[in-house]
Amino acid sequence: MENQVPPPQPNGKPVVKIFGVGNAGVALLDAVNTPEFAGANFVAVNTDAASLGACSATVKFHLENKLLRGLGTGGDAERGRALAEEQFSTLKSACEGANVVFVLAGLGGGAGSGVSPVLARAAREAGALVLAFVTLPFECEGNRREQQAEQSLDHLKSAADGVICLPSQKIFRLIDENTSLVETFRVTGGLLLEGLRGVWQLLERPGLIQVHFADLCALVRDRHAENAFAFVEAVGAGRAREVVEKILAHPLLDEGRALAESDAVLVSLTAGRDLTMAEINRVMDQVKRQCVHAQIIMGAAVDAALKDKLCVTIIAAKQAPASTTVAARPENRATAPALSGHRDVVMPRNRGQRKHTKPVQTQLPLTIVSKGRFDKSEPTIHQGEDLDVPTYLRRGVAMN
Amino acid sequence: MFEDSNIVVGLEIGTSKICVVVGELNAEGMVNIIGLGQSPSNGVRKGEICDSEKVEQELRTAVYEAEQMADVEIRSVYLGVTGSHIRGFNNRGKHPVVSADREISADDVQDVIKNAKAINLPAENTVVHAVRQHFCVDGQDGVTNPVGMLGARLEVDMHVIHGHANRLQNAIRLVRATQLEVDEIVFNGIASSLALLSSEQKELGALVIDIGGGTTEFIVYLDGVIRFSGVLAIGGDHVSNDLGHGLKVPLSRAEKLKREYGSALVKEESKGQAISLTNELGLTLKQVNLEHLQRIMSLRLEELFEVIAHELERAGLTDYLRAGVLLTGGGSRVPGIEKLAERVFQMNVTHGHAGTVGGITTALDQPEFATGIGLVKYGSLKNRQRAPKTNLASGLKNMVGRFLQRS
Repeated sequence: MENQVPPPQPNGKPVVKIFGVGNAGVALLDAVNTPEFAGANFVAVNTDAASLGACSATVKFHLENKLLRGLGTGGDAERGRALAEEQFSTLKSACEGANVVFVLAGLGGGAGSGVSPVLARAAREAGALVLAFVTLPFECEGNRREQQAEQSLDHLKSAADGVICLPSQKIFRLIDENTSLVETFRVTGGLLLEGLRGVWQLLERPGLIQVHFADLCALVRDRHAENAFAFVEAVGAGRAREVVEKILAHPLLDEGRALAESDAVLVSLTAGRDLTMAEINRVMDQVKRQCVHAQIIMGAAVDAALKDKLCVTIIAAKQAPASTTVAARPENRATAPALSGHRDVVMPRNRGQRKHTKPVQTQLPLTIVSKGRFDKSEPTIHQGEDLDVPTYLRRGVAMN
Repeated sequence: MFEDSNIVVGLEIGTSKICVVVGELNAEGMVNIIGLGQSPSNGVRKGEICDSEKVEQELRTAVYEAEQMADVEIRSVYLGVTGSHIRGFNNRGKHPVVSADREISADDVQDVIKNAKAINLPAENTVVHAVRQHFCVDGQDGVTNPVGMLGARLEVDMHVIHGHANRLQNAIRLVRATQLEVDEIVFNGIASSLALLSSEQKELGALVIDIGGGTTEFIVYLDGVIRFSGVLAIGGDHVSNDLGHGLKVPLSRAEKLKREYGSALVKEESKGQAISLTNELGLTLKQVNLEHLQRIMSLRLEELFEVIAHELERAGLTDYLRAGVLLTGGGSRVPGIEKLAERVFQMNVTHGHAGTVGGITTALDQPEFATGIGLVKYGSLKNRQRAPKTNLASGLKNMVGRFLQRS
């Protein structure tokens, strides 16, 4: 805890380290290791030597001790955890100097579920902001993996600053039934990468309305939140409208319900040179309407290579229940790292907004909205609104 | 003796009532309604069965009543289905014409229809209807019969209505359990529109909204074909529920208030008025503000129309409905509902009348029966298509086949 927050790179960009943990994580790491992510340091962590050997990462950690006899964890998360605890100092030193640590893992197995929470803790102790991108196993992979994944997700939520979690089961709604196994895994990995890319672009790409590192910190720090994310894109004249529709229908956002439940939302728009203010306005208007309670952070960037495509990345953070928030952060963490020479590019913006992220006493809902006779039937959801709740309540018409 | 094919029965298992309509085909293929049976329904929520035992009981009552009235034995029914899981969408099938002279043959038409039906549905869903719209020959739209035309590329648009297989099967199994055969399942929205719309209205373009107890079906006809359809799991139940919640009265009382004092618009004269609720001895229990009652109803119905209007706009159909909007279903009995709908849709709104059948029409000219009558109408259209092939051999084959099927 005595570590100071490491200074960012001289050019004002934060130092990013991307960790792949476990077989799935290492495979994902390989997929990330493209010129686009050139500024990041890649670290592979696994208990399986074969998977590490094939990996293209610059730094590799092979977690091993005599008990495992070179056989890996054998799918036992407890072994993975013990092993990681043993090597805690090594992991911590690997995280040293980073401002942001991304942890990529597939939960459910031994290494992924066991090591990643410990790694997240180590990274936080080394002073980095930790974002975990994880997949949950398919239901067909069996009970044990599911339990391990659930448990590990809980640990991860309390250890990392933010967890972006992709339940693989939801993928079924995105692909058609004839998709091959390889393709399915590619889609799962691809989705996770989209999320990572979205965050990465926020940090790296010069934006017109910039979201920077401090904003990201403000959004995820000390929330221990589980995040839902979606990446959508559209081309052509009606692209803003199309994007909004896609967001509201996105299975990973539970058809827009995730937005309504979130308390912080980060929206990043990227488009070609023809991006208009009206389009930004249209998208943001709809997003705002969906998430009334949330603090919204918005960023917009222009990338000539996209031509007439509009891409929107949404990360919606849901406050985790109080019980999972353990170990309050030391004082020096509360202030986001100062980023010199970065401020003057920023467009004028309501700076006060960010102050809202101070821990606020949550309120219990006073009135439980009754659905009367529809309490037990399948809800009628239309564009993220539960239509079973009386209209006059939803529209806030007073009756007295 | 075995082929009493001139009797067509429609069965609707609705959220508020179960309704059996018996129709008789006359020699010209027209249909007369000769019987009707109904029973209040308590085992259905939002158009889907949630208590099959209750529904089975009520179904038997309704069928018995209809059999008594029509003096026939009901063997098989056309079953109306609905529920929020049912969705409609348009799909286009393509087929290159390969023959040397580029003349489109009946086989080409079969192939293109087959292609249009090959769609990607979730594994658990099944197609309820696949309705042909228009053909398109080398980019020329609006061809109704392309056989004999010349062209290189034949395309066809289909309107596909699909739903969750298990949930559809639930209703079918329940009907089979009462020793009735199900001829076919029909989406309630299609049935209602068949009962209501004349072919002229279908040609001009019309929107039919059937506001039932638990669900609202909507369907758009344009240029004589179905262009758009859908279900919203909102209906009269929601209005009552809102009233019960807003006025703090029990549901049964809310239902009664809705029928007696309901209005789709807040009337000027009802502002500041109060209704006293009395118990069975005539003593006043509670006062209810009439303006609030009407406002709650108005908001709910307005929202329902707005959702449908929004869907239409997304499908780009708003400007083509020259015959306007037709309302039907028990939920459309609310006074002033046309005015409210006119305000939302910005077009002519009327109540639909089931004018396309003969028989005991005065008793049947109620919005609640539109679906039941439509089911009979659907059945009669199917029967007419089937009629020609009744020689002895095929008749026998059918009969044997039926016996085998039953056992």
